[in-house]
Amino acid sequence: MITCWQCKKELEKGLFCPSCNALQSPPTDYFTFFSLPRHLSINIEALQAKFYDLSRKLHPDKYSRKSETERANSTAATAVLNDAWRTLKNPITRAEYLLAQSGLEIGEQRSKDVPPELLDEVFELNMALEELRHGDQSAKVELATAREKFQAMLAASDADLENLFVKHDAESCPPALAAIRAVLNRRRYITNLIRDVDKELS
Amino acid sequence: MSSSFQIDFSEAGATQRIIGIDLGTTNSLGAFMDLTGPAIIPGPDGEHIVPSVVAIPESGDPIVGIEARAMLTTDPDRVIYSVKRLMGRGLDDVKEELKLFPFRIADGSESVIRLTIGNKTLTPPEVSALILKQIKTNAEAFFNETVDQAVITVPAYFNDTQRQATKDAGRIAGLEVLRLVNEPTAAALAYGLDKRKEGIIAVYDFGGGTFDISILKLHNGIFEVLATNGDTHLGGDDIDNLLIAVALEDIQSEWSENIRGNQEAVQILRKAVIEAKEQLSFAPAVKLSLEWRGKAYQRELSRDVFNKLITPVVDRTLTPCRACIADANVTVEQINEVVMVGGSTRIPLVRTAVEALFKAKPHTELNPDEVVALGAAVQAGILSGDVEDTLLLDVTPLSLGIETMGGVVSKLITRNSTIPASAMENFTTAVDGQRNVLIHVLQGEREMARDCRSLARFDLKDIDPMPAGLPRIEVKFLIDANGILSVTARETRTGKEQSIEVKPSYGLTDEQVEAMIEESIEKAEADFIERQVREARVEADRIFKAVDKGKQNQAWDTLSDDEREAIQKVYNELILAYHSDYYDLIRDKIHELDQVTRPLAERMMNTAVSVALEGTKIE
Repeated sequence: MITCWQCKKELEKGLFCPSCNALQSPPTDYFTFFSLPRHLSINIEALQAKFYDLSRKLHPDKYSRKSETERANSTAATAVLNDAWRTLKNPITRAEYLLAQSGLEIGEQRSKDVPPELLDEVFELNMALEELRHGDQSAKVELATAREKFQAMLAASDADLENLFVKHDAESCPPALAAIRAVLNRRRYITNLIRDVDKELS
Repeated sequence: MSSSFQIDFSEAGATQRIIGIDLGTTNSLGAFMDLTGPAIIPGPDGEHIVPSVVAIPESGDPIVGIEARAMLTTDPDRVIYSVKRLMGRGLDDVKEELKLFPFRIADGSESVIRLTIGNKTLTPPEVSALILKQIKTNAEAFFNETVDQAVITVPAYFNDTQRQATKDAGRIAGLEVLRLVNEPTAAALAYGLDKRKEGIIAVYDFGGGTFDISILKLHNGIFEVLATNGDTHLGGDDIDNLLIAVALEDIQSEWSENIRGNQEAVQILRKAVIEAKEQLSFAPAVKLSLEWRGKAYQRELSRDVFNKLITPVVDRTLTPCRACIADANVTVEQINEVVMVGGSTRIPLVRTAVEALFKAKPHTELNPDEVVALGAAVQAGILSGDVEDTLLLDVTPLSLGIETMGGVVSKLITRNSTIPASAMENFTTAVDGQRNVLIHVLQGEREMARDCRSLARFDLKDIDPMPAGLPRIEVKFLIDANGILSVTARETRTGKEQSIEVKPSYGLTDEQVEAMIEESIEKAEADFIERQVREARVEADRIFKAVDKGKQNQAWDTLSDDEREAIQKVYNELILAYHSDYYDLIRDKIHELDQVTRPLAERMMNTAVSVALEGTKIE
């Protein structure tokens, strides 16, 4: 039985003690914190409304005259609230969070992990980058074209993700998670490529 | 006669007042929440602003404010100004600064600057504490009650160490710092822009020594900071120094004399250029003149020339503005309003530049010198519960990270994250039986640790000896609502709290702050006792006078001998107590005398009534 730090009565789910209304130490899991199912498709407007509502209830500004325990709980709870909102509002970080919790961390991207289907493009891109570095300005056009291509790939992988999210939520199946992980990997790789191209073009 | 002698202690238990303080580079100011809104706390002389200038005379107490500022031109070696620029910094950080400021730095200033004045050595938090104490004293005189809780503002771009130094200054001054608020955010609160239910606003805060830009989203009373940027090394001081450099060169070629080394001359010149700068906000041209040892220098300075001169400084504020707009993920068109804060925003060129960048006419209705203090008072009101429905969600200005292999920084909390914010990281050992793990925490945006600001090294100590990789130590990094970091650690297999030793890279250690507080508490206690004794003696004087008068009254004769004797006894005892330093003894005796003179008071009253009644009979 988990009890309230203040009145020692039994706690139910939720941040406040049902008996004495004292603020409790918060759960650290982002989905649990927002009382959300472990789904990847999220109604952002509803989540934002919840974020503002909870900010008003939990923020340390509201606890400056309270006991030390409650002040500490307020800071801890607001930190989780802010961390959770920041992570969940963005589909990429949201998926990464769920993956990490399922033991499927993406980890640090290694430059050698080229997704096989991108090998040809990356090879061409490196050639163009090399030419540009050697002063061949015509490579700029090639790079700009490559950039557009990558941008389109990014959009395509975003669409893939959206579909996979729906699939995951419906079946909550590990294969979907593995597929999401592959897309995220690919996506991150493409993002890095675009960043490199931008660096050379600017 | 009875109740007038008693001292009312009932106020002590009431809710404490929280004041708001703008601790500025050039000027500082206190404010409070009135029934009608935030208001400035006046000083005893009616002057609101306390110049952030401290003079340490050869003997006697430090002098703060206007008087200290006046000493800049007469006794420059004993005066410290713009100390905010040194807060939370080490010797390496301020090398450039020290070329322009006349401060003498003591040895051992690597992690905390130590300023030498005569035979005294002071750290920036101690100097700031003297300024805060002045505001505290002004507030106490104004409210006629003790004030020991405050909200203090800091530049939004202040790092962890600079914030900690400000908090230390508060503690040394005897103030519990309930919150550090970012200056631009405070200004947004003061403008009461929450009347506007939804919208995006930018706050451009160009002060004496720091520059901040913040972009906020307003939403039903919630002030949500989207992004902030700035430069804690950029302010009106830089403009003054530019003008001084130009004038010094002029003077050298005119007089064939270099007066750079003469502090008195430079300070007189500084005063002259500040006046010229301020006048140029209204006049198209001014005369900059200096008289020194019988020689006179005069130069006409037009606004055009002034503008050309300061354009590089103004341009330096625009780069953070653009970065901030990008980080906030908004377009210039989406920004509904721009608020101007800080004395340097009076300069017409600054206003033009801001208007051009944001494509909006900036707000200048509130006094740019007062708006931050007023906002601090609003935040104080939020904390005390007097201001409901308004809530500030601020961000951390700099990313927080730890040093990993090869000196690369791994970011844990990215800049512009809403605070409080936290991050969890697991650590383990690399060698069998390893007892310690050292974590180097940094702040900044660069990739390499050497390019970021070192905050502290956390030593996870006394790890149970185990094969490499087996211990699992979960370290939690928490940035609180003040933007200050704390670190806790736990061995996850045992659930045992992991002991940590913190070695801050800059700033004072807790022990040093404690020692400074102790010293100031001793002083404060002496001050307190002196005041209590003085007040008790005033009360005693009043009751002596009343009793003496009573003895002249015919009611005195109607008292019994015992009653008269009792009064005389306590009266004499109060005289003895009066000349002691025991204010509570004086108070006790006052109370006792008040009690024993009650019969006298009652009879005097009755006599007065009967005289009055007799009077009516005669009529």
